[in-house]
Amino acid sequence: MAEQKDLSSLDDLEARIRKARERETEEAGNGPGARKPPQGLGLGMRLAVEVVSGVAIGCGLGYFLDSWLGTRPWLMVPFLLLGGAAGVMNAYRVARGLDATVGLGAAQRRKTSGS
Amino acid sequence: MANPIEQFKIKPIVDLHMGNVDISFTNSAVMMVISVVLITAFLTLSVRSRALVPGRWQSVAEVFYEFIAGMLRDNVGSQGRKYFPFIFTLFMFVLFGNVLGMIPGSFTYTSHVIVTFAMAAVVFIGVTIIGFARHGTHFLRMFFPHGAPLATALILIPIEVISYFSRPFSLAVRLFANMTVGHIILKVMGGFVVSLGGFYLLPGLVPFAFLGGITVLEFGIALLQAYVFTILSCIYLHDAIHMH
Repeated sequence: MAEQKDLSSLDDLEARIRKARERETEEAGNGPGARKPPQGLGLGMRLAVEVVSGVAIGCGLGYFLDSWLGTRPWLMVPFLLLGGAAGVMNAYRVARGLDATVGLGAAQRRKTSGS
Repeated sequence: MANPIEQFKIKPIVDLHMGNVDISFTNSAVMMVISVVLITAFLTLSVRSRALVPGRWQSVAEVFYEFIAGMLRDNVGSQGRKYFPFIFTLFMFVLFGNVLGMIPGSFTYTSHVIVTFAMAAVVFIGVTIIGFARHGTHFLRMFFPHGAPLATALILIPIEVISYFSRPFSLAVRLFANMTVGHIILKVMGGFVVSLGGFYLLPGLVPFAFLGGITVLEFGIALLQAYVFTILSCIYLHDAIHMH
């Protein structure tokens, strides 16, 4: 009997804890803004991957659009350059410790206002 | 004998062909099945007793649960809770793939870019669908920063779009590159131990000590990369759910 009561009060406690926790995170997460930038080998690795993937995706997107629209090779050239720019932008964001959310401007604003 | 690339070779175990498509059951698939079975067994058996005061295995399972739940809460917020099963599955699958790959003679399926890219593509497509479902076309406005002159849209939007599309790629490449490089280094070091130690004992000890250190480091990387893969997925999810 006593055990039964114990369990129900524990359930009650759990419900209250859950409610309190929910209230705490009501603001839907502070987001990934407050993290430190990576260091050392990890940083170098990430920068390399970001730059290369930017160029590769730009190139691939241009190639895909070209073969779709039949304008080879004219779209691939600007997209290669844009991909390079995107890669450098991503690397810049990693190096400055900006978060990985979409939009450089938004990330910069969050960084200055957040922390 | 000590070909460092040999370990990544995919060997069919049961030959299966469907039309022109090769769907053989390979050693990579075997490791995936093993890891899924191990994860399922570990999680179901450990919480079978459902003790209020957890036993040894149950506490380990709870540590995993709490870890991912906390990560999701910190990075996505309370709205991310319904994506917990997916994120948890992703984390466990990558983690077990990395760690099981450290067993000598086994196969690391996360060292194949197609595996990691498939997982990253699922994350990417899912996140994009969630973003569109929650925000409609408003989601597209993320690609243009507020306050920038309209004339720059011609350059800025393609750059942001390419940057967006490069995410699954960099996510996949990061995991794959880390695992592949680590395993190649282990194999090369092991080769040094054998070929140097074959001549004299003493020179063989130097790469052996090095190999020991690298092995510890590799275990660290196996855990860290599973963490990085999951947390980046969380960040992308956060993006799609909360637009700024």
